[in-house]
Amino acid sequence: MRNLLSAADLDRDEATAILDTAERMHAIQTRQTKKLPPLRGRTVVNLFFEDSTRTRSSFEIAGKWLSADVINVSAKGSSLSKGESLRDTVLTVAAMGVDALVVRHNASGAVQRISEWVECPVVNAGDGTHEHPTQALLDAYTLRRRLGPLDERHVVIVGDITHSRVARSNVLLLTTLGARVTLVAPPTLMPPAVGAWACTTSWELDPVLSGKAHGDVDAVMMLRVQRERMTGGYFPTAREYAVGYGLSPARVEMLGDDVPVLHPGPMNRGLEISSAAADGLRSAVLEQVQAGVAVRMAVLYRLLAGAGEPATGLEESPS
Amino acid sequence: MTVLLKGVAPLGGRPVDVLIDGTTISEIAPSITAPATLVVDGGGLVLLPGLVDLHTHLREPGREDTETIATGSAAAALGGYTAVHAMANTDPVADTAEIVKQVAALGRAAGLVDVRPVGAVSKGLEGGELAEIGLMARSRAGVRVFSDDGRCVHDARLMRRALEYVKPFDAVIAQHAQDPRLADAASCAHEGELSGRLGLPGWPGVAEESVIARDVMLARHTGSRLHVCHVSTGGSVEVLRWAKERGVDVTAEVTPHHLLLTCDLLSGYDPLFKVNPPLRPAEDVEALRAALADGTIDAVATDHAPHAAHDKDHAFGDAAFGMLGLETALGVVTEAMIGTGLLDWAGLADRMSVRPAAIGRVAGHGQSITVGTPANLTLVDPTGEWVVDPATLASLSSNTPFAGRRLPARVVATFLRGRATVLDGSLAAAAAERVAV
Amino acid sequence: MTGSARVPAPHPGVSGPTAVGGVAPVLGPAEVGRIVDRMAHQVIETIAKLDFDAALLGIPTRGVPLARRLAERIEVFSGVPIAVGSLDITLFRDDLRLRGVRPLNDTVEPEGGVDGRTVILVDDVLFSGRSVRAALDALTELGRPRAVQLAVLVDRGHRQLPIRADYVGKNLPTNAAQSVRVHLAEIDGSDGVIVTDPAADSVPAHGEA
Repeated sequence: MRNLLSAADLDRDEATAILDTAERMHAIQTRQTKKLPPLRGRTVVNLFFEDSTRTRSSFEIAGKWLSADVINVSAKGSSLSKGESLRDTVLTVAAMGVDALVVRHNASGAVQRISEWVECPVVNAGDGTHEHPTQALLDAYTLRRRLGPLDERHVVIVGDITHSRVARSNVLLLTTLGARVTLVAPPTLMPPAVGAWACTTSWELDPVLSGKAHGDVDAVMMLRVQRERMTGGYFPTAREYAVGYGLSPARVEMLGDDVPVLHPGPMNRGLEISSAAADGLRSAVLEQVQAGVAVRMAVLYRLLAGAGEPATGLEESPS
Repeated sequence: MTVLLKGVAPLGGRPVDVLIDGTTISEIAPSITAPATLVVDGGGLVLLPGLVDLHTHLREPGREDTETIATGSAAAALGGYTAVHAMANTDPVADTAEIVKQVAALGRAAGLVDVRPVGAVSKGLEGGELAEIGLMARSRAGVRVFSDDGRCVHDARLMRRALEYVKPFDAVIAQHAQDPRLADAASCAHEGELSGRLGLPGWPGVAEESVIARDVMLARHTGSRLHVCHVSTGGSVEVLRWAKERGVDVTAEVTPHHLLLTCDLLSGYDPLFKVNPPLRPAEDVEALRAALADGTIDAVATDHAPHAAHDKDHAFGDAAFGMLGLETALGVVTEAMIGTGLLDWAGLADRMSVRPAAIGRVAGHGQSITVGTPANLTLVDPTGEWVVDPATLASLSSNTPFAGRRLPARVVATFLRGRATVLDGSLAAAAAERVAV
Repeated sequence: MTGSARVPAPHPGVSGPTAVGGVAPVLGPAEVGRIVDRMAHQVIETIAKLDFDAALLGIPTRGVPLARRLAERIEVFSGVPIAVGSLDITLFRDDLRLRGVRPLNDTVEPEGGVDGRTVILVDDVLFSGRSVRAALDALTELGRPRAVQLAVLVDRGHRQLPIRADYVGKNLPTNAAQSVRVHLAEIDGSDGVIVTDPAADSVPAHGEA
């Protein structure tokens, strides 16, 4: 694996290998000295064209705990506003001699273009409304820890699907791992031709959560709804959205006790998720954050620790 | 100066000899033996009336780094064109007589094609107040086509006023149909399965169709002429058909790229394929071809849009819209329409020369190949194939979506009022000198 | 070191080790069993003086079942159960960038941890010493043992670092180009030690313990 641009880049074996590696990285996190040597001497640049404290810090910690040198370059507002092309901005950074780029950009497809211009491995930390593969990996990791193997598991994702890169990556990765997904959103927040995606969809939340519409639910993922979508006319008011699609205390009680509730954060308490759900026993939100570091450590390890060429397979450690 | 074209096939018909004396065709006969300054061995090549483009962006004034009137004219001549309409979205915008006269003068100085400036409909293309349409029409530039292309004349009242106002000048309003409330500046990909999957803001067909529907009703109401730029969907074709059946005086154009390319080319996020209106699915391409064949769509217009590499080297959503088109138009239309048997050479001549000239009121162009008409002609090798190489195109820019593609039909020679602008597939010597300057 | 390139003939009187792929093993199952027993006695001698406050840490892959066996034999002979764990050294290797990325193995702390105890690292083959060096670094992640010792089934020489084993099952002089592989029933189906020549070896020599 040379780059991680999309959850679709990972087949079942590769995705499982990353999750297994993340398990071991996670175990290391609980030890006293959180420093491992495999990426010593490597330079990883977080090239963020879009603000993000949590994802950026997560990648930064992941790289540093593997002994890499991590540099944060905030390119927000550069290139376009200064008349510099994206290509020039990226090549300038890469020319300083970086071993890997972790890129977030507000335009879909930007990270793929960037990967065509540079030699080093590129990790997509979120491109527009397209994909966020490491988020899907940490979500799958969190679910796997709670539920065991994900085959046949039914995961429900609720929220602004149209504008969600988290939703797209999750649909791809969860189905790769054998789970099945149901997307729930009002019609205005469903992507065009979503019927062609490898998942079921519904405009109503209650029949799905109760199990009547698409079978028993094993996990629920609530997506953040941006209030700006109201000015775009996607739904009339916050309270109407909350009534139709929010994970209220009543709705959370429809779920079995062992059904985890996930949220990529940051949460709009009272809009898409109630405090009862966010803080209750089913909430896996903090586990997701921890998982984020472990998963990103695993991704950086798998991309950078080996020889320069892409690994053709898993090498047995000599006995 | 006399030019003798030996053994050429007008509109693909029986080979004849054609003699040009000065600026007009003086004789057409099976065999002409009169001496001539220049003899071109036609060898069964197809002779067409010089192509006329209703929609080109020559970028001068303002973005001479991407194209000038001179380099754009060279590209046009090499593409077999003898007249092009230069759109008004330059910098400054062509919304006054002074600017359109300057554009026309630069076109005359280049001397390779007749450059017909298009005037803006609204001041600064802002969609607020009418531009000085009358002064532009009365000027030496003789503007007969007005368009805010790049932007839609969205305000219904402004569109109505414009349609009424141009009537005394026998001019036409050419609409870029894109409802900005349904497809805004960020919309960049056909709204459908691919845009949903790729996370690209969608540009639904209805944003175009709804504006055309409104405009044909306005045209009917005001009794005016209306022209629709770059039609891109089957739905738009249905509206046009409906309107024409009811006698509305509406004409429409389609670009070569919308006749050949589909939206799945966007899957790699390459901005080379980013254009406004966007590439559509195969069903739309088929509907457009059928409409061009039956005349519901009257003309092919290139929407030639040069862009600097640095304006395309961005994420897809941030990159500039537009593709080159002048030098590849004939090849692409031949592949899409003649290769598929939807049109013959006579039909192609009609859509790429006769009707465009009529819509733009371009005197002397788009005429039948008969004795006494101005010698604006294009000689085409129908079997000649060529591979599109961006580096060797005459345009200053390289953003052609056909790069590396093999196209049929090469332009062998182009004549502007009897003078060769292109010979043997290259700019004629004297003409080349002028462009180099 | 001019080790013979030939595999020595099996000792007479020992139940014949079966040839593997046309190459006769140097040690067969019975020999391996005897060697492990002898090592267990040697370990008991040392740790008895420490009140048996010791733990075994196997280095994956084959050091792990070896450590378990050793602990089992120690308990049989001394009556005292010994804590066993495993120590993954992958992330501490100094040759990560020479090959494709490697999967990680499990690190399992022995019951009672490692702090203040005598830890005995267990591996199948001692060769360059780099694996042990990595193991010492990995060990610092778990804690601070009172002392660290090393037990190996086979010492084949050719050290590249100043590392030596405290308990050696069998000294096996080899040619550096040869490959030495230990087979354990838990992983390979049967016990044995195989030495192969570079020409006969279809797999590149991994044996850089």
